[in-house]
Amino acid sequence: MMEIITLLGHGFVVALQPLNLVLIIVGCAVGLFIGAMPGLGSVNGVAILLPLTFLVPPDGAIIFLCAIYYGAMYGGAISSIMLGIPGASTAVATTFDGRPLAKQGLADKALTAAAVASFVGGSISVVLFTFFAPPLAHVALTFGSQETFALMLLAFATFVGLGGDDIAKTIFSICIGLVLAAVGLDIITGRPRLIFGDISGFMHGINFLVLAIGIYGIGEMLWTVEENAKAGGKSMLSEAVITVDRIKNNVIELIGTWKTMLMGSFLGYFVGILPAAGATPGSLMAYGFAKQMSKHPETFGKGNVEGVVAPEAANNAASTGSMLPMMTLGIPGSPTTAILLGGMVIWGLEPGPRLFTSNPDFVWGLIASLYVANVFALILNILFIPAFIWVLKLPFTILAPIILTLCLVGGYAPTQDMHDVWLMLIFGLVGYLMRKLDYPVAPAVLAIVLGPLTEPALRQSLLISGGDPMTFFYRPYSGPIMVIALILLFLPALFPLYRMVTGGGKKKASDSA
Amino acid sequence: MLQRSGRMLGLALGMTGAAALVAGVSSAAMAEFKPQKPIEFVVMAGKGGGADKAVRFLQSIMAKENLASVPVIPVNKGGGSGAEALVYMKGKTGDDHTIMFTLNSFYTTPLRQPELGIDITTFTPVMRMAEDTFCLWVNQESGIDNIDGFVKAAKAKGKDWIMAGTGKASEDNLLTDYLNTAYGLEMKYVPYKGGGAVAKELAGKNADSTVNNPSEQEPFFKPGDASNKTKPLACFTPEPIYDGVPTFKEQGKDFVYFMQRSVVGAPGMSAEAAAYYQDLFTKVFNSKDWQAYRVKQKLQGDALSSDALMAYWKKENEVHRGMLKEMGEIK
Amino acid sequence: MTVRTAELLMGLAMAVLSGYFMWKSAELPIMWVQGVGPGGGAWPFWLSLVMLLSTLWILFNWAFRIGAIANNEEPLFEAGMFTPVALVALALTGCIALIEGIGIGGFKGIGFYGALPLFIIFYLKVIGSHTWVSTLTTAIVVPVLTFVFFEVLLQISLPKGMTEPLFLPIYAFIYSL
Repeated sequence: MMEIITLLGHGFVVALQPLNLVLIIVGCAVGLFIGAMPGLGSVNGVAILLPLTFLVPPDGAIIFLCAIYYGAMYGGAISSIMLGIPGASTAVATTFDGRPLAKQGLADKALTAAAVASFVGGSISVVLFTFFAPPLAHVALTFGSQETFALMLLAFATFVGLGGDDIAKTIFSICIGLVLAAVGLDIITGRPRLIFGDISGFMHGINFLVLAIGIYGIGEMLWTVEENAKAGGKSMLSEAVITVDRIKNNVIELIGTWKTMLMGSFLGYFVGILPAAGATPGSLMAYGFAKQMSKHPETFGKGNVEGVVAPEAANNAASTGSMLPMMTLGIPGSPTTAILLGGMVIWGLEPGPRLFTSNPDFVWGLIASLYVANVFALILNILFIPAFIWVLKLPFTILAPIILTLCLVGGYAPTQDMHDVWLMLIFGLVGYLMRKLDYPVAPAVLAIVLGPLTEPALRQSLLISGGDPMTFFYRPYSGPIMVIALILLFLPALFPLYRMVTGGGKKKASDSA
Repeated sequence: MLQRSGRMLGLALGMTGAAALVAGVSSAAMAEFKPQKPIEFVVMAGKGGGADKAVRFLQSIMAKENLASVPVIPVNKGGGSGAEALVYMKGKTGDDHTIMFTLNSFYTTPLRQPELGIDITTFTPVMRMAEDTFCLWVNQESGIDNIDGFVKAAKAKGKDWIMAGTGKASEDNLLTDYLNTAYGLEMKYVPYKGGGAVAKELAGKNADSTVNNPSEQEPFFKPGDASNKTKPLACFTPEPIYDGVPTFKEQGKDFVYFMQRSVVGAPGMSAEAAAYYQDLFTKVFNSKDWQAYRVKQKLQGDALSSDALMAYWKKENEVHRGMLKEMGEIK
Repeated sequence: MTVRTAELLMGLAMAVLSGYFMWKSAELPIMWVQGVGPGGGAWPFWLSLVMLLSTLWILFNWAFRIGAIANNEEPLFEAGMFTPVALVALALTGCIALIEGIGIGGFKGIGFYGALPLFIIFYLKVIGSHTWVSTLTTAIVVPVLTFVFFEVLLQISLPKGMTEPLFLPIYAFIYSL
């Protein structure tokens, strides 16, 4: 213990050197900005700025990139809340309640909640990282495809209650998301599949962002155009007021959500550690659990601040968590850490179990810089809130074309293919009409995010076991996760049954349709 | 560019005379190509993989040494085992500002999917930057120390022996099939998404063996280290990579296999542009950083350009055609 | 068109789409392969089947008038609401078509930087009835900021179509700095 604190102290000496401190601040600001753009996330920021880092020493370089990573995780919430467009898959869950809050004129509350929750999640996970890295790394290593599949099932199970009232339409929405996620290449047979009309643009599959920007960006704008026409041109994208007093009150109110913050932080961190999972399932599960734990689950999706706090605490905690396998094992937990890993190799470091002993200055400097980056990301984020609110006060007919421009560029940027822009437009138009007919869209977005992680894990597991479906229950980690997931999945179905048996079935059976 | 070329014009006129004297009718007399907009550097794989890391490293060398006058921008087109990138390059026929970084899917993908209509001999050879190497790996605690032990253990387990690799009909799959045939084994090949995931499955004992690149497996192996989680048994190279680890050739199986790491130009690229990129990547190849990277990542293979590279492609293409036929992937 | 009619049309369209997905998935094996598990097309095929069944359920609800939407005889768009939405959707479609062309008549498109100002001018002037000053300011500032942010800072180049030659001097200037 004392040894770790001494090492961390040395780390702070590295992190607080003037050059590194400047890099942290600049990195946080750049990341915040990139993360706030719909379509651009931490992976773009880190990939694009990687070559720039060869101008500074390795510890400064990784500190800079990690600051960008952190800043982008904070920034992702901004576009989710203000525009209703998740900038990255990690921020999907943030839109569910962040967006309704912004529409009710409480954008400042949602933004403050996101920033503070991110800070708490980030800080808790850095502390966990500092003290428990090696044993957790060992657990992460033994996670195979069976465990990944069980975990994905658990993520789906936590979302049973997310759909609308119409069960048929909810099932439809989940299935279309899962099918669209299967477009591209079948990894097990190496064969192309679902290449609609033999168009080569389908070969890279359907990026979740294309669906999310289509539905939440273009679809939402059309929705607002209609509302705007109804309101005689007075409707606002987000109602927003901001004063110092309001921010202070918001922060005080947030203290009441400490349980959700802690839950999100721990859940996010532990899911983030697992290789291949990354920050997205963690933030989604945190949202699902927050809803299930809540005394008022019916307020979720309508502007419950806990629905912002849970995923934001979790996604920041998970982004730190996903650095653990990167640093201790040399394996990436997410695409962003994969690029960071590439950077470390280029800078002449050897990621892997030996990194802690061979380059202690680097490792502890990085860990200390995470503490520092967290503080600056919080400060910058809070400082920028008034600016974001000011932008939203522009007249809707000026703001709308600007946001649509962002959607077009954001749809193009990840794959640099106009095919995806067309697809995004189609999703936007159809999604808009479906929304008018009460089809829930959130399940489709979740399914397209989790689908590409779920199917390969299922097929790999079955391939390894020679087609034995019981393989998921035989293993020490996947067995219990699988059982919990199945219980959660079938609980809503069993609950009314139980009530019927005991004769108390007169009340409407839960809201988890 | 306008002002600059104006300034350069006088100089160039003066130089041409001198150059003509010195170089006669050699390539220097060719009209000089200079990129006028950012160069697109297409990667046949997704972000974060081995090829992507190499491309970003090449990009950083060019930026650091100021080798190109415009930015070189990586664009990932990893869809369909590289099919997307190949189709994209075909669509860029005649373009002087698009180059691509290739792997062996440059051969295998067009062979497996003839409907794409890709003829790799139409692509412009620029430069082979390296050949990546392969070794056979097992878990450190498996109790296996050499090929004989491996064959014995794999035979005992039969179809339950799990070989993890990256993608179906990929380099790893070809090597697994080779080992199965050469030693009479029945190992089961399980595809994963990338070399990093494969390395981890072996270290976490979720797989019994891999045929990974040293660069991907090395987080779990360093010669003589006590914390190793995996170890190499033999390598598919002409010369040993690690001390005390034999090559398959030394084990009586004359089999050598590499993965190319080459730069390719769009089909129908102008000769001037091809010469420019060959010159550019010669400089990159000779840079201290690239040479150090080659050593560190256990890369082999000399620089190879223009006609020599094309001849190499043709040869390798036939080798892969034979391997895929044997595998039953193509007729 | 009433909401009820729209519900029927959407249900039918999605049923057809599900069928197309199933047919397309069946290009790869869709059944259990002995010792391997589900075939390459199984995941999308069976999920598409569930999709199809759920659309049939939706259509069943429609036929027997179950649920609010199936009973909603009000128009899908209130009076005067269709035009503004359709105008925005068409303008956006036109803008995307102009960027790279749609392969008709060898038209290569006018790129992001040609299409965006046109779209913005149309939106602000025709839909928003703003003054020429604010219209033109937005139409110039937004593309310029996009260029600076994406092309210069993030090095993501956006399609330019036939406007490409206009950008060569700009590149030359930027990279000579």
